[in-house]
Amino acid sequence: MQLLLAGVAQGCVYALVALGFVLIYKATETVNFAQGDLMMLGGFFALTASVIMGWPYWATILFAVAAMAAVGMLIERVVLRPVLGQPAFTVVMITIGVGYVVRGIVTMVPGWGTETYQIPTPFSEDVWNLGGVILPVQQFMVIGMTAALCVVLYAFFRFSTLGVAMQATSQNQLAAYYMGIPVRRVNMMIWGLSAGVAAFAGILLAPVTFVHSNMGFIGLKAFPAAVVGGFGSVPGAIVGGLIIGVVEALAGFYLPEGFKDVAAYIVVLVVLLVWPSGIFGETGRKKV
Amino acid sequence: MRFIFKTDYAQDIRIVKHGGHLFWYGLLGAVLLAAPWWASEYVMSQLHFICIYSIVGFGLMILTGFTGQVSLGHAAFLAVGAYTEALMQAAGIPFGVSIACAALFSAAVGVIIGLPALRLKGIYLTIATLALGVIVEEIITRWHKLTGGNEGKHLKPVEILGWKLESDAEFYYLCLALTVICCLACVNLLRSPTGRAFVAIRDSEISASCMGVHLAKYKTMSFAVSAALTGIGGALYAHKLAFISPEQFTLFQSIELLTIVILGGIGFLHGAVLGAAFIIVLPQLLSIAKGWLPEGLAPSGLQAVVFGLILILFIIFEPLGLYGRWLKVRTYFELFPFYRRGMFRRQKSYMKSERLR
Repeated sequence: MQLLLAGVAQGCVYALVALGFVLIYKATETVNFAQGDLMMLGGFFALTASVIMGWPYWATILFAVAAMAAVGMLIERVVLRPVLGQPAFTVVMITIGVGYVVRGIVTMVPGWGTETYQIPTPFSEDVWNLGGVILPVQQFMVIGMTAALCVVLYAFFRFSTLGVAMQATSQNQLAAYYMGIPVRRVNMMIWGLSAGVAAFAGILLAPVTFVHSNMGFIGLKAFPAAVVGGFGSVPGAIVGGLIIGVVEALAGFYLPEGFKDVAAYIVVLVVLLVWPSGIFGETGRKKV
Repeated sequence: MRFIFKTDYAQDIRIVKHGGHLFWYGLLGAVLLAAPWWASEYVMSQLHFICIYSIVGFGLMILTGFTGQVSLGHAAFLAVGAYTEALMQAAGIPFGVSIACAALFSAAVGVIIGLPALRLKGIYLTIATLALGVIVEEIITRWHKLTGGNEGKHLKPVEILGWKLESDAEFYYLCLALTVICCLACVNLLRSPTGRAFVAIRDSEISASCMGVHLAKYKTMSFAVSAALTGIGGALYAHKLAFISPEQFTLFQSIELLTIVILGGIGFLHGAVLGAAFIIVLPQLLSIAKGWLPEGLAPSGLQAVVFGLILILFIIFEPLGLYGRWLKVRTYFELFPFYRRGMFRRQKSYMKSERLR
């Protein structure tokens, strides 16, 4: 039970990062390999706000998300718009480049550097004891905040004009353009949104793994999450993240050492062998 | 501008198309053969790496550049080649046999990895190769009995028929010879029906299968050839470093290998060599550039920043890579006053969606 909860909490973070992948992939057909690094940058923004400037936790979250949204839009405008319409592989490589730059810059900025930091949270240490099962409050908070974010995102996509425009863009860019949707600006917004979600994930992950310049590598675990659920499916990302998190927690406990790190990748291979486009993947057929 | 008037059928299948080819490649060959006389020990060591990375670059170029299958798991093939070589040398098997086994064993792993590729497309394939790469790395770390785990494995210098290649120059000639052999093999492969089938698959799988290309067979073959070349590269890499451990074969190694192909120019064999040279020289330039950095900024991240920036700038401004730039420069001078900017412009394809299959 305790194990399961830890897995679910970890899975929620994967799910949030995977959600970032999926949002961008759905809208622009780009796989953003820099998502993990954006998450790391979000963590550092939060660190700056909370430790160096001494803001309260909630203000910190707002600041980090807003700042990362701006960074995401900037990246889209400067780096990705020039390669709009190029083959997907080219764009993937460019996001790998973005990831390198972000990671490099973070280690170069004075005051951030390569050290490990901790962000104080208002609910760090408490533990609930339910009939012998020890449940850290922190994990409940991670799960709760992920759920809240999912509801907000769902409402956004369902009810706001911008959200509907984003859905339209993701289904067919050209048709959306003919319908009067400014596709480029919407793409920019989606990058901002996705980077904001990444920042949120970074903050939630901060109490677990601390903030350091290599925390972005967790993004590599979120890949399997996105793939398991099927790239391009928002509920799939959440489910995939949870599956990966739980499997990893169980593998770390029951299987010999070493399986924990590769469990995610073994799961993704098995899933891909059975469903070549993920569990919730779209099954469109190409017509000549 | 040179016009070739063909007067003989044999001219069509000759590798050297005209005298200019012969002259320039001959000159390059002569300079490289003379390297031990003009190069310092340090430059020699860099030349070793350029040869090795070129071989790996050829392998990845065939898979990614010509068959269009992006692999983020090539470090795994490199590792398989390197460890096969290390284990076989420890068992006392002669070099010629062991390097062939390294290639064959890598090819076998390539086929195994290629099998899921038959059903996967685009980003799913990339992720599958990434996953396999991570798994192979983990297996090497954990299979302590065979691979020595994190303690790694040591290798002795190469020995061919009782002749020990201990000096830099001797090992350099071995690398150079293998690079040339691999290069010629690739050139010939790409001129053959097999190579044409690869290119057809890259350009459109549907039209390739309509033309009678057996997709599964050729994709698997492409993976096997690519892995075999990478395995040869891995064997040489192991000998060059004389010590191998799992940390050398991570995802970052795979990304670096992919970068060779991109920076060099995707879809050109020349590009693999140029990209390899670029990747090897870049860190040297960086260590010089570190001196110019203003105070207060930590230099540790510089390499990552520059590496990423170069990748981004190349893709935005020179998608055809170094070799593409050279082609443009050459065309400019060949056509001197008549070069137009649009000659190499690529068509954008907004509607090309990978979601449909």
